[in-house]
Amino acid sequence: MNDASNPLVSVRDLHVEFDTPAGVVPAVNGISFDIRPNETVVLVGESGSGKSVTALAIMGLLDVNARVRGQILNGGRDLVGLSDSQLREVRGREMAMIFQDPMSSLDPLYSVGNQLVEAIRLHSDLSRERAINRAAELLDQVGIPDPRSRLRAYPHQMSGGQRQRVMIALALACSPRLLIADEPTTALDVTIEAQILELIRDLQREYHMSLLLVTHDMGVVSEMADRVVVYYAGQVVETGAADRVLLHPRHPYTAALFRSVPSPTTDRALPLVAIPGTVPHPRNFPAGCRFHPRCELVFGRCRDEAVPLFALEGGTRHSRCWLAEGGDDAVAPRLSRDALMEVSP
Amino acid sequence: MTAEAPEALGHTRRAGTDGRSASSRAEADSRPAGAGGPLLVVDQLVKHFPITRGLLRRTVGHVRAVDGVSFTIGRGETVGLVGESGCGKSTVARMVLRLIAPTSGSIRFDGTELTGLSARAMKPHRRRMQIVFQDPFSSLNPRMRIVESVGEPLVTHGIATGAAKRRRVCELMELVGLSASDVDRYPHQFSGGQAQRIGIARALATNPDLIVCDEAVSSLDVSVQAQVLNLLKRLQQELGLSYLFIAHDLNVVRYLSDRVYVMYLGRIVEVGPSETLMAQPQHPYTEALIGSIAAAGTSGIRRRRIVARGEVPSPSRPPSGCHFHPRCPKVFDPCRTQSPPLYRLPDGQLSACHLRAEIAEGQDG
Repeated sequence: MNDASNPLVSVRDLHVEFDTPAGVVPAVNGISFDIRPNETVVLVGESGSGKSVTALAIMGLLDVNARVRGQILNGGRDLVGLSDSQLREVRGREMAMIFQDPMSSLDPLYSVGNQLVEAIRLHSDLSRERAINRAAELLDQVGIPDPRSRLRAYPHQMSGGQRQRVMIALALACSPRLLIADEPTTALDVTIEAQILELIRDLQREYHMSLLLVTHDMGVVSEMADRVVVYYAGQVVETGAADRVLLHPRHPYTAALFRSVPSPTTDRALPLVAIPGTVPHPRNFPAGCRFHPRCELVFGRCRDEAVPLFALEGGTRHSRCWLAEGGDDAVAPRLSRDALMEVSP
Repeated sequence: MTAEAPEALGHTRRAGTDGRSASSRAEADSRPAGAGGPLLVVDQLVKHFPITRGLLRRTVGHVRAVDGVSFTIGRGETVGLVGESGCGKSTVARMVLRLIAPTSGSIRFDGTELTGLSARAMKPHRRRMQIVFQDPFSSLNPRMRIVESVGEPLVTHGIATGAAKRRRVCELMELVGLSASDVDRYPHQFSGGQAQRIGIARALATNPDLIVCDEAVSSLDVSVQAQVLNLLKRLQQELGLSYLFIAHDLNVVRYLSDRVYVMYLGRIVEVGPSETLMAQPQHPYTEALIGSIAAAGTSGIRRRRIVARGEVPSPSRPPSGCHFHPRCPKVFDPCRTQSPPLYRLPDGQLSACHLRAEIAEGQDG
């Protein structure tokens, strides 16, 4: 990893609100994180936590009813407020995105070759013939057998896994420096998921890309992440190196999330340690710490005082929990596995 | 026919007679069918869907969605059915519930053969088997209050109407951890987890013996999924329910199931107690499935995945011999031509892999 270099993308105090007929919905409130060159950053959280909205904001793909505040810095310029034509320069060359459902980004009326050639020629001055060669090369790189003849195939003639491969090929068409992947394997079978994640990892190395991966799947986090950003209710509640966060969470939500997932060693005779209650709706996020109604370690000030992100471990990780105010020594013992076992029923 | 007298409302009956401890479940399997035998015995179940072409819908071939599947579910037992999309697991569930008719094979429920029963003869059995679907919202009518949705099976089966129905729905809502005061609300007023609890309440309404859970927790948020899994376990203990639990998340299946059947392209490829099967898989496909799920969060360590090559072939043109052989890392000559039987292994597992022939103690099915 190239930690010393400047971040490729810096998200600074990002706020996104949606104007809806029922009022303003604050989807994302004050998100900050960096993506460094060649690094994999994983945004993890449950539905409605704002992780996909963040990804779409970076790509400039939010709907017209979205109001974005804050900064998204890329190569010395702020992407927030750029015009559509300026953003088109950024998309493709600087960053490209793949989605959960490949059919939402592939046009059913055109062959995949057509779509690839269009994307390649839009961002380069290659001749049609050379663009076709490049398209076949891309299909080969994403593991589609017999790429020359598959250029003529239409999306509906391909399986879900193959379509996801084609979408990755489209994203790679202009060799972007950042690949954003929003739940890229959620709709796929597990053996295909394993193949696609491996493919993304291989291509990341080959193309020297950074990867911003959005997922709700703890398995995908541990498999892919260099750094993790944990979302809850429109805020970042914890960040840090993946191994540190997975092994030693510093926010009660992260700790509870990891413990509630059955693992190959979970005792079948015991109930799972579930998080009570449900994820709050953006229109009525709780006051104070947004996790406090569901937190087993809740105490006085959690209920009414909004929590800042506290830096821990020399600033290499952060936690939005009042317990972290006193530093690592204060929060670590409360979130150790033994301590939590005593708290939970 | 085992038509029962309309039973009293509530679940007191079951708690006394059918609720069995976990230790007696294993024995249930080996006992002969009948009152004390397994609740469900499925034997050599086959479902072929015709492929039709042209104006006259001429049949040009068959999709062999389910190709000779046998399994049992004991009383109070949870049986997991896993496999990738298109392997036929949902088709099996739909045949068990007689939502579709099998092409051939036998389904015995509590000693009664269900295949070939008329809709009328089927009705008393229907109330004893219910299903919970993946998407709770698509299985609840958005324009019906909860009391109507959950109470619908009570009316259909002539169990309760009016005030009695309302009382029973209130009771069911509390049984699944919701409030009785919620019964006059509409589905959109609930979160996904709450809606799935409502789906479970409706499945429980007729006091069933068997509940089929078809990806019932797959669309729920991680923090809510654990709540619903705990609920399913608690209900099983309290009511002596049997579950056919269909899911693609192996860790979830392992946690909930006593025994697991692994399906690939319409056939069972491995059977075993859930913990043994996950710890010591005896079929390369099961190994691939387990290898494909990344290490769970708390371990923090990246695990190298065994990636199965290629994709699941179409069930209309399954490969010769062992269906898994084109993707199998351990393929050898017999796999390409001979379809392996289910070998009975010393530790009680069953595996349809030629590599297990030498250590096998016999064959099954």
